[in-house]
Amino acid sequence: MELTTPVGSFIGGVLIGLAVVMLYVFSGRIAGISGIVADSMTRASGRLWRLIFLAGLLIGGCIVRLLSHDGWHFEDTTSETPLIVIIIGGLLVGIGTRLSNGCTSGHGVCGNARLSRRSMVATATFVFAGMMIVAIARTGMALI
Amino acid sequence: MIDRNWGKEYIGEMVAFCAGLVFALGLGISGMLRPGKVIAFLDIFGDWDYSLALVMIGAILVAFVGLSWAHQQDHALNGAAFPPEPRSQISKRLIVGAVLFGCGWGLSGFCPGPAVVSLVTLSLKPIVFVLAMLIGMVVIDLAFPKK
Repeated sequence: MELTTPVGSFIGGVLIGLAVVMLYVFSGRIAGISGIVADSMTRASGRLWRLIFLAGLLIGGCIVRLLSHDGWHFEDTTSETPLIVIIIGGLLVGIGTRLSNGCTSGHGVCGNARLSRRSMVATATFVFAGMMIVAIARTGMALI
Repeated sequence: MIDRNWGKEYIGEMVAFCAGLVFALGLGISGMLRPGKVIAFLDIFGDWDYSLALVMIGAILVAFVGLSWAHQQDHALNGAAFPPEPRSQISKRLIVGAVLFGCGWGLSGFCPGPAVVSLVTLSLKPIVFVLAMLIGMVVIDLAFPKK
């Protein structure tokens, strides 16, 4: 058990919280990324602000990239993850977030901050499922 | 003559842009953009690095205070109503979705926000992940349209 980046992780979390508050206080909108991505494709109304939010995410990513040193922020530690696993992971994340109506931001941050019972259950469920699949993958790798 | 209202009609878009930007900076500083670190957070039987729990704690604390303050107002600053009270019914759909999402998250180390932000690296894995995620989303939205 270790805590490698307590300060950075906490400060990063505070910034994410501020972004959520900014959007909510100004326009009453929920900063749930899976919903914003999906609705920007499938819903005509409110498409503009969603695309602009996503543009902000990408520009923010460029800034992080410029500021990061030794590739710390974008370190590609998935290099051993086979591409097929990435594809399966992407499909599951897309399907799962639409079925449960939220992801780490929508349920994990916004919903829990609104004390939503559904979001608390969803968060506990996806964190537990993630831990189980990593444990299963670890056992599988050990056998091979 | 300077038009004092200039830009006023675009302020909602500007706020959305700033929110996206700050969100991405937060993801970068927190370590959420490193799939290996995400997997280490989920790896409770290995070298469990629980740093990322602090991301959620920090974000929820700030969001809880900010949203509680917001709810004391009648409406959002731009006049829009706040979303209705969250539903409380725990459906099978919610659980199945959260399980599938958690599995995809643990396998890849990506959830939607970090995956989108990581597109700027132009590396293969984030791009392939986001394409697969978009396909999964569209399939579900077409198969089970929301009422």
